[in-house]
Amino acid sequence: MEASPQLVEYFRTQMRTDPDMASAVAAIRTLLEFLRRDKGETILGLRESLKWATDCLTEVDSSVAVSSGGELFLRFISLTSLEHQDLSRCKKVMEERGELFLEKISLSRTKVAKLCHTFIKDGAKILTHSSSRVVLRVLEKAAAEKKRFTVYVTESQPDTAGKQMADALRRLNVPVTVVLDAAVGYVLEKVDLVIVGAEGVVESGGIINKIGTYQMAVCSKAHNKPFYVVAESFKFVRLYPLNQQDVPDRFKYKADTLRTVSDLSDEHPMIDYTPPSLITLLFTDLGVLTPSAVSDELIKLYL
Amino acid sequence: MADCGAADGPVKKDDIVRAKNEGKELTKEEKQRLRKEKKHQKKQKDEKRPSERAKEKKPVAPSQPVATQPPTQKAPTVLPASAPIPVPASGAPSHSSPAPSPADKPAKSRAEQKAERRARQDADRASKQQSCFSSSKTKAPPSELNPVVKRLPEHVQVDDPAVVKRLAKKLERQQIPLRSDYGYKVSLFSHLHQYSRKAPLTQQLSIPSTVIHPSIVRLGLQYSQGIVVGSNARSVALLHAFKQVIRDYTTPPNEELARDLVNKLKPYISFLNQCRPLSASMGNAIKYIKKEISNIPSQFKEEEAKTKLQKCIDCYINENVVLAAKAISKYAIKKISDGDVILVYGCSSLVNHILCEAYDKSRKFRVIVVDSRPRLEGREALRRLVQRGISCTYVLISALSYILPEVSKVFLGAHALLANGYVMSRVGTSQIALVARTFNVPVLVCCETYKFCERVQTDSFVSNELDDPDDLMVTRKGKTQLENWHDVSSLGLLNLVYDVTPPDFVDLVITDLGMIPCTSVPVVLRVKNLEQ
Repeated sequence: MEASPQLVEYFRTQMRTDPDMASAVAAIRTLLEFLRRDKGETILGLRESLKWATDCLTEVDSSVAVSSGGELFLRFISLTSLEHQDLSRCKKVMEERGELFLEKISLSRTKVAKLCHTFIKDGAKILTHSSSRVVLRVLEKAAAEKKRFTVYVTESQPDTAGKQMADALRRLNVPVTVVLDAAVGYVLEKVDLVIVGAEGVVESGGIINKIGTYQMAVCSKAHNKPFYVVAESFKFVRLYPLNQQDVPDRFKYKADTLRTVSDLSDEHPMIDYTPPSLITLLFTDLGVLTPSAVSDELIKLYL
Repeated sequence: MADCGAADGPVKKDDIVRAKNEGKELTKEEKQRLRKEKKHQKKQKDEKRPSERAKEKKPVAPSQPVATQPPTQKAPTVLPASAPIPVPASGAPSHSSPAPSPADKPAKSRAEQKAERRARQDADRASKQQSCFSSSKTKAPPSELNPVVKRLPEHVQVDDPAVVKRLAKKLERQQIPLRSDYGYKVSLFSHLHQYSRKAPLTQQLSIPSTVIHPSIVRLGLQYSQGIVVGSNARSVALLHAFKQVIRDYTTPPNEELARDLVNKLKPYISFLNQCRPLSASMGNAIKYIKKEISNIPSQFKEEEAKTKLQKCIDCYINENVVLAAKAISKYAIKKISDGDVILVYGCSSLVNHILCEAYDKSRKFRVIVVDSRPRLEGREALRRLVQRGISCTYVLISALSYILPEVSKVFLGAHALLANGYVMSRVGTSQIALVARTFNVPVLVCCETYKFCERVQTDSFVSNELDDPDDLMVTRKGKTQLENWHDVSSLGLLNLVYDVTPPDFVDLVITDLGMIPCTSVPVVLRVKNLEQ
């Protein structure tokens, strides 16, 4: 077993060197490096240590995407014939598959942006929530296509991530306004569509995202505005929450909070669950999906 | 082979006999009409089409048998020769009488004649393809040529006398008595059977019954009297009865077990259908057994085959009922948290199993059992849960909106899951789902995958079951209110058994394959078909 500080250090370096990379991608890079350095003797031992490594990483960064990305990585590399005699050859095959997986997912954001920017019409007013790199990529692509649009971003307490998003958009010369989280209902009559990212896409077709997304979805349903979600396919996770209470605690709070605080009833959750009935369409690198098609794709990915 | 000219008469009769032997389904008149239209189109268009679509009259995979290659070359020569010849008024029932082409000789071998007949069929089909392109509104080709048309099952066409007559003839052939309908049927449901429990089918059977195996007779009686109820119970009882049948079966001489046993089972299935209409799970079980029987390799000895079949049945029950229940409980228990108030309706064996398992794993919850007349099945569920020590409340369905604000989850069982995501279950289930949705209470349906069926239904009228209307009569304080309902001519009593719940009201379906949304039922069906 690798010592876990090395693992964590590698993960943190990956996140630092490329701040634009999704945390799940960094996690998968780390797992690939872990696979290369692993000195296990059996395939089963290899799988066990990879699972252990994923758990380590989830302790560092408790987002849904890291755990889903790790699980999908493991499935992808072992979903091949591992009937070779030599363990090193098996490892080589797994490493190759891992590289392939990494390549596929690094292209996923571009694919999503290509699919989604056509839904942004000239003169559109867009509302988005907090800071999402995928949404930023989509808006970049739309701006590159010479479309004129304005963006409203929610401030998104408690970490005011919305301000970062606003700065990035200003650099693209897109007119942007930062609004209070409480002003979502007020601003919705002006906007044409709502685009949000997702930290995880669950089996029912709903999403898990920064707290405040559910509110925004309910308001846009009441105003009959389309609610679009952009997410890469490695964020698909095998969870099925029935309501907000049903989301496991390990995703709701930051990793540090989970470690230090014993009574979580005083803590503010960082994410919420948006049910599929409020989502119009999901844009993923597997295509444009309706929420009910997500289960189909999940079955294909996981079974 | 119909030659033109003097040799017509006797040759035509041979043709008719041959047509009958080949089992042509078109009636004389239909064929005549078709031929007339074809003639019209042939005169208008050029028919030199290579008939690649050389399929038989029965809808079959479009592979071209090699034998038709030589005849297709003959086809173009046959057609133009036949065009100017008018259809003889008496008309041979099979095909037009083409003039003998120079290559044909009067004395033809049987193979050549067959080949020529096939050529004519290809020509017919070619011209029919043309008629699709031509703008004229020709009569629709008979449905046998269109393989997609499905026929309605007989048990939902009771108001059509032709269908009823056909059913009666079929039962007569199988020597099974026909059960007669009882009482005034509400007009919206006049297409369904309505039987009386006081007149079971078994009373009309002779003793000893030579046609029907005694265990099947017993099973039929248990179904019709309501002794064996519930989707799982009925399928398992059916499979056990079939095991007994297989045990007592001996292959008659000159027969193959694979084919004869399937034919033996057909009258049993009709009999059981008459006693009580088959459920979706029973239908799937029967399909499985028939497949297993017909897949028995012919070199198996009788004893081997019988043991293999019995093992298959045991395996099926074990996988689809027992192990599935275990898997479903495992997933369902993840959804039951401490302090939950769970609402259940009626008596579902699966839901009861889940609740007992959850209680054994020390989850703290309480249950509200909702019940409805006339079956009052909730009492059975109540008894089972209370015996385990689970704290329960019992209400009738009319108190549903009163009790729902207390409820945190609703667990429902299912009779079948339809291909469009609708849930078919005991009548009253859709009501519960509807009210729960209004109160934002999550509704979870638990269903094994062997109950998934390919049928599509959007309402509860099209295909349902009507129970004995006399069940609705209730005696209180010595008085029975509705006992003379037969005398009131405008009064109808309706005792429905099933209803369908749309997928918008269902939040989650727990199956042995995992937790899926209601809309993913076709995906599961597809995966299962691939596995087979």
